[in-house]
Amino acid sequence: MSRPRAHIVGIGESRYTRWGKIGDVTEHALACQAIQRAVADAGLSLDDVDGMASFAEDRNEAIFLAAELGLPALRFANMVWMPGGGGGCAAVANAAMAVETGQAEVVVVYRSLCQGQFFRFGNPVADAGAPTQPAPPTVQQASSLLLASMGFAMPYGLLMAAAAYALPTRRHMHLYGTTSEQLGAIAVTFREHASRNPRAVMGGRPMTLEDHQASPMIADPHRLFDCCLESDGACAVVVTSQERARDLARPPVELLASEQGTPRGYAFGPFTNANVADELYATGACEEMAGRLWGKAGLGPRDVDVAQIYDHFTGCVLMQLEDYGFCKRGEGGPFVESGALAWKGGSLPTNTHGGSLSEAYIHGLNHVVEGVRALRGESTSPVEGAEVCLVTSAACVPSSAVLLGRR
Amino acid sequence: MSERFFPDGMPPPLADATTLPWWQAAAEHRLVVQRCTACGHTRLPPAPICSECRSEDSDWREVSGRGEVYTYTLVHRPIAAGQELPFVIAVIALEDAGGVRILSNLVDVDPDVLEIGMPVELVWEDMSADLAIPRFRPRQG
Ligand SMILES: [Zn+2]
Repeated sequence: MSRPRAHIVGIGESRYTRWGKIGDVTEHALACQAIQRAVADAGLSLDDVDGMASFAEDRNEAIFLAAELGLPALRFANMVWMPGGGGGCAAVANAAMAVETGQAEVVVVYRSLCQGQFFRFGNPVADAGAPTQPAPPTVQQASSLLLASMGFAMPYGLLMAAAAYALPTRRHMHLYGTTSEQLGAIAVTFREHASRNPRAVMGGRPMTLEDHQASPMIADPHRLFDCCLESDGACAVVVTSQERARDLARPPVELLASEQGTPRGYAFGPFTNANVADELYATGACEEMAGRLWGKAGLGPRDVDVAQIYDHFTGCVLMQLEDYGFCKRGEGGPFVESGALAWKGGSLPTNTHGGSLSEAYIHGLNHVVEGVRALRGESTSPVEGAEVCLVTSAACVPSSAVLLGRR
Repeated sequence: MSERFFPDGMPPPLADATTLPWWQAAAEHRLVVQRCTACGHTRLPPAPICSECRSEDSDWREVSGRGEVYTYTLVHRPIAAGQELPFVIAVIALEDAGGVRILSNLVDVDPDVLEIGMPVELVWEDMSADLAIPRFRPRQG
């Protein structure tokens, strides 16, 4: 007898905007809005929700949201311990674990960002409230292990994610001949997908490869259009048991398998660790985890009908495609250049919502939402008959992934 | 005081008791790596335990600062006021440091000739009397 699996039964979103544009509601109010919509989408009531899961140093703590939403009881509250967007799929997996082990019946996974009200995400120093340089310059006390690690990056001006993930991407170009135009093919494809998506922040802004090549250099080889958006918005998904999922409002999407993790010695990856193993340096560091994921599901890359790949930067997408075995190591460039990621005609339709590059940057939880839409047949770039969807979280950092399925 | 490459307003190093000795050595213009005295494994950044043999015993070994560029990025956005752009962040593979690499900057380098594999050497930048930052430049001679 196979074990009962958790299902995603509801999805919800607030409006998505450019960074700093949502100032009229608080970030936690926006989280509540997305959660309410996801619960309503499932045909459930907030009175049914007894668990909450999040990731990446969430400012909106579950205990307060549970009180604001009037949940009868909060039986499970959990956050993934990984910096940045690597833990989005792990938060879904943790929700599933809670449901599958009877610790909660209905768990919402949420993410909300009103960055104008705080500081811009993607700067671990500002996030953690690090001190600024005094006069005269001197060594400062690190108030956390992350900041002690950042201490070996900051004095060199390495604070921007765009610069950090340029390092493995540049090495990938050196090793395999990957080109800026190949990175551009990723951005252009996702922008085309966004053109049909009414939620997409960049939906009305077409992009050609020439536009990509003309966009300003931020941190070589990353041009502006290789970098994800910075957005305000919130989204949520509802996870419950197979039994409970059966009679709800929407077609349930099954969590076929989930994995999280990081290879030996990786720590925070290339952002602060210059000594990532040579064989891992120019990768997304997801290959081991991908192997476990395929093994657990009894599936392989060929079984995936549609994918939502975490796209903080184009190079990180390319390296993940290799990690997950959609092409051989070093062949990501020609693979994306061939049109493989396009919703129509591509062998692996990817980021059918436009991704973080073109829909919105909600730390990739919007990729889980789109994965559900793709399998329900509700995507604005639909892949007909899709039964298996891979969703990944940020790579080149400790990461996670889920395989979603529809029967 | 040394030649200056970056403005005073660059972010400070942050350190805890494990990593502070590295910065103290830097202040004396000594580039060091931490070496396990049980198995000889070399590590950077400093850590309390050897990841290979799990020994807690270690010492600090000074290295030459010669190496080559492992990867790099040319950054076009300023971190501090008055900074020259673009500036180069690079990972340097140190040649006599037990295979250890270090994150740093390349200075005095023409972006057009910058490439992975370029031989480099250490140059210290005194940010103040108490703070020296190791940076690298193309190897001369
Ligand atoms: Zn040892």
